[in-house]
Amino acid sequence: MKTVYQKSAGLTGVPMHYCPGCTHGIIHKLVAEALVELDVLGRAVAVAPVGCAVFAYEYFNCDAQQAAHGRAPAVATGIKRVRPDNIVFTYQGDGDLASIGMAEIVHAAMGGENITVVFVNNAIYGMTGGQMAPTTLVGQPTTTSPLGRSRLGQGAPLRVCEMLATIEATAYIARVSVHSIPRLNVAKRALKKALQLQVENKGFSLVEVLSTCPTNWGLSPVDALRWVEQNMIPAYPLGVFKDIEGGT
Amino acid sequence: MAKKLMKGNEAIAAAAINAGCRFFFGYPITPQNEIPEYMSRELPKVGGTYVQAESEVAAINMVYGAAGAGARVLTSSSSPGISLMQEGISYIAGAELPCVLVNIMRAGPGLGGVQPAQADYFQATKGGGHGDYRVLVLAPANLQEAVDLTQLAFDLADKYRNPVMVLADGMIGQLMEPVEFSPYHPAFALPPKDWATTGTAESGGRRRVINSLYLYPDELENHVRAIYRKYAEMERTEVRYELYDCDDADVVIVAYGTTSRIARSAIEKCRRLGLRVGLLRPITLFPFPFAAFDRVVDRTRAFLVVEMSMGQMLDDVKIAVAGRRPISFYGRTGGIVPTPEEVVKQVQTLLGGPGA
Repeated sequence: MKTVYQKSAGLTGVPMHYCPGCTHGIIHKLVAEALVELDVLGRAVAVAPVGCAVFAYEYFNCDAQQAAHGRAPAVATGIKRVRPDNIVFTYQGDGDLASIGMAEIVHAAMGGENITVVFVNNAIYGMTGGQMAPTTLVGQPTTTSPLGRSRLGQGAPLRVCEMLATIEATAYIARVSVHSIPRLNVAKRALKKALQLQVENKGFSLVEVLSTCPTNWGLSPVDALRWVEQNMIPAYPLGVFKDIEGGT
Repeated sequence: MAKKLMKGNEAIAAAAINAGCRFFFGYPITPQNEIPEYMSRELPKVGGTYVQAESEVAAINMVYGAAGAGARVLTSSSSPGISLMQEGISYIAGAELPCVLVNIMRAGPGLGGVQPAQADYFQATKGGGHGDYRVLVLAPANLQEAVDLTQLAFDLADKYRNPVMVLADGMIGQLMEPVEFSPYHPAFALPPKDWATTGTAESGGRRRVINSLYLYPDELENHVRAIYRKYAEMERTEVRYELYDCDDADVVIVAYGTTSRIARSAIEKCRRLGLRVGLLRPITLFPFPFAAFDRVVDRTRAFLVVEMSMGQMLDDVKIAVAGRRPISFYGRTGGIVPTPEEVVKQVQTLLGGPGA
């Protein structure tokens, strides 16, 4: 019999703890496949965040370090400086990266650190139970913005890609989504490109992946995918914001 | 090798490089800036890497990553910066990573001042960050000792897979003394770093994970108990202290670092006055030399603790003396360094007269 599909060798096979309909699992799979296809799994080191993906070190089939909340880019910097031949990537959520870890991500980008960041944006704090994030949409209700996020006082979505793309030493900044199969294929190409640039020592790369949180959004998995398309993408336009190789 | 006149901060930095440290992550803060400056200048010459972090918070997490990747790694700071690092130090202790931290203490609390102080004793020796853990703390009193202890700190960190802190103050950091560097050899056989995350291609496919998360309470309790077995081992084998002129001492001064130097001058003056005074100088602050007190307690009439703080090591001295003798305390704080004359006066008051 011909094998047409199998679990990526980049995943350990440990059952994932993610909620039904959450797209973290898909994003893990794409990252794992990218590592395998680039033939760098054996020299990859993952840095896990604090948040829903805290157990990423259980799932990626490579060496890993678990970082303090928001500090993954600093930990990755430490690893990469010691072991420049390792392929070092962080996997961070929006609370981790865009709130408590904002200084670390900006300075890793500013410093042109040759690391890759997988930034999973689901516009909410998932692990802690659906609190407001810097990425929460205006009007979006959360457990700490029960009337919906208000532009005045609570602010409006922080667009990380657009901000980091202004930083000179970055190599590649892209925003993708996994709410449909065509988008998923684009996302995979972006992740591969980001990791490939690290292999080529081109510097800092980041791929923001728009993700779902059916549990804390209060939506079915299918409706959550639709919510990404109808509500998140208008606030977070997809595309390549920086590519030192000139692609857009 | 010939003796060299060096500033304390530079001597500590040079000792780290001599001990094979090739990675430094830090952030500027007075009065320790000569350490990062020296490292930024000298590390590239030996193939090492200096990174100026965006904050002490980032610096200690870079240390975490580098230590987890198997490197000998150093960071240095001064009191407020060390406060910022406490979260990371807790993670490093929890994840059982070796690293060396240097705290060139300045006066607090808050922004405090930039003059020397010893008011971070509690923070250094009792954990400092959240959770059950300790940092092994070495307190040099002169620059040769700062060099020797800094080198030893790397060996101890590797042996125990635990952060080791060199705790000095602005006085030690800024003064100049002759120091001698010998070719470095590890103080003992060091365990292999087969736990470091260097990629599974190098480990035959065995995944290495650096982590301090244990969601099941029984697992976490077992983990903490295992860490505490290391601390018990430190208490058995790593205690270091010095006894000076204690054989006939009516008063034993207890002081470490800068204040122990002042105590030594005070003791000379006391001896000239016919007052029999000695010094018990802890060199390891954790593990604290509790048993050293048993060696002097029967012969002495009283203890005098001298610190540049409002009395922090004092608590450990109380535990050590356990009510067997009276304990007096003399402390200056805010960046004020006590004079030998002030200490002599304390001894005279204790002994009930100006001299014998």
